[in-house]
Amino acid sequence: MVRYLFNRLGQSAVLLIGVSIIGFALMHLAPGGPLAVYTLNPTVTAQDIERVKHQFGLDQPVYVQYFKWAGGLVTGQWGYSFFGGRPVSAIVLERLPATFELMGSSLLLALIIGVAIGMLAAVRRNSILDYATATAAMIALSLPTFWFGLLGIFVFAQTLGWLPAGGIETTGGGGFADRMWHLVLPMLVLAFVLVAQWSRYTRSTMLEILGQDYMRTARAKGLRPARVLLAHGLRAALVPLVTLAGLQLPLLVGGALVTETVFSWPGMGLLFVNALGTRDYPVLMAILMVGALVVVLGNLLADVIVALIDPRIKLGHV
Amino acid sequence: MSLLEVRDLAVAFGRTRAVDGISFTLSEGETLGLVGESGCGKSTTALALMRLLHGAELHGSAIFGDCELLRLGETAMRAIRGAQMGMIFQDPGTALHPLIRVGDQVSEVMRAHLGISGEEARARSLELFRKVGIAAPEQRLRAYPHELSGGMCQRVMIAAAIACSPRLLIADEPTTALDVTVQAQILELIRAISRDARMAVILITHDLGVVAGLTDRVAVMYAGRIVEVATTDRLFAAPGHPYSRGLLGSLPKLDSGWNEELPTIPGSIETAAGAGGCRFAPRCPLASEICRNEPPLMAIGEGRFAACWKAS
Repeated sequence: MVRYLFNRLGQSAVLLIGVSIIGFALMHLAPGGPLAVYTLNPTVTAQDIERVKHQFGLDQPVYVQYFKWAGGLVTGQWGYSFFGGRPVSAIVLERLPATFELMGSSLLLALIIGVAIGMLAAVRRNSILDYATATAAMIALSLPTFWFGLLGIFVFAQTLGWLPAGGIETTGGGGFADRMWHLVLPMLVLAFVLVAQWSRYTRSTMLEILGQDYMRTARAKGLRPARVLLAHGLRAALVPLVTLAGLQLPLLVGGALVTETVFSWPGMGLLFVNALGTRDYPVLMAILMVGALVVVLGNLLADVIVALIDPRIKLGHV
Repeated sequence: MSLLEVRDLAVAFGRTRAVDGISFTLSEGETLGLVGESGCGKSTTALALMRLLHGAELHGSAIFGDCELLRLGETAMRAIRGAQMGMIFQDPGTALHPLIRVGDQVSEVMRAHLGISGEEARARSLELFRKVGIAAPEQRLRAYPHELSGGMCQRVMIAAAIACSPRLLIADEPTTALDVTVQAQILELIRAISRDARMAVILITHDLGVVAGLTDRVAVMYAGRIVEVATTDRLFAAPGHPYSRGLLGSLPKLDSGWNEELPTIPGSIETAAGAGGCRFAPRCPLASEICRNEPPLMAIGEGRFAACWKAS
């Protein structure tokens, strides 16, 4: 087990190096740059731009920039934002809680509701409930999130005035209740799409399990339907469900670009969109690397949990 | 006093009738073999009695003790399943839940029906494991199915099926998925348990060899019907129905020559599903004009019944 984790972490390190190289290269291949905004500004001269370029080290060859940045990343020096000059680590740490709050709550909500709907739909296959949830899921998955967000704002904030249209709290700060009140709408919008994914996935997983011989055995034992479904059915479904949860874990830190933008939610998604617009390389790379790290860890975590649930899976062979 | 009395049981899936009006009785402690080729409706009969078929229409009646199984509510049926009627299946490898310790899979039956504590259920599971001949039962209780052999898994299935001392055990091809050497052990185990507990057994198989050593009586099924019922000895000594004769005739014999071709029944079961008359007639060497009328199950001797106009 320890050996397995050691191996996997070693592999992850190689993967992360690859991600950093590709990410860094792509970013520098993209046209424009952090200083492009100044080129149209009449008060900024070409000499000024050259000077800033030199200050930021942008006049050096890309590979030199990469090693400088990568060295800093390892030693904890994530650099400074090109705009405002604050340390990148401070900016990211400041944004993480907001994203964590939004994504954590909507993922949890979606998990509970989605799995419940999926199981019901599988048990009552071809019932009205099954068709209704299938249709709702299809709608949720085919229409863009920003549209749902705008619709939600229009109905609940604009027309009914029940909920705030955006932001994480009332300007100037509110209490816990105020924060929760702001959370409701973006959380529901995000959860809607996630519920659609989870319910569909759970349904197909459960359908396969319901046809298994051991489910017939459980019924032949005269167990209560709830026990058959949960202790035997859901237990078997946990393995694929945990794997999917592991794949969605990166959302917790990556945030939702669209939803955060629509609701001006000050999380990682919004930070990423803004940093993209200004080509703030240090911030972009930090978000990219944090995201990649969580993807790798999320998968590792899922594999370990799956091995704990399923005794047939032995960790150790990589 | 019969334990189970099945009258005109029919099972329909949409317009297809998998079982088409079969009747038989089973006494307390008796072992009945249900024999026939694949698709003749043996397993469907068993699942219908357990009421484990989804989307099937059940007709007729099946009186078990003083309950009408086919019209029992789901809650009442649940109290019978596992408690008064135990069932074991063909492939123990897939019939056991892969992620639950085998000891718990046995305990849960008792916890569901006997209302005993987890502690008590564990102790009884250990007893059951000893009874079904599982070596090192203390350790095996904590094992998962993939850590046990097929024969071991079938022993666990048997332990779970008999945990609540049912009055009837339905064994659906219990040895088909096992090695030949293990088959004999499992059959001997079923025989010993049913004898000691005076438990009735319905043994479903396509293997006449299995039936020969184990059952008191045999019902031969063909295309959803019972074509012959007889005590096991008599059936083997003098099969009454041409289909039974064909089945017995196609068993390899020790004294037959190595290059002799094994006799078979010509035709296949598909051609039999036609309109009216005896279903076996298209494949029957004795078929004649009278076989256009469907033969009922008729007494052809003491305790022997055959659905054939020409049975003797």
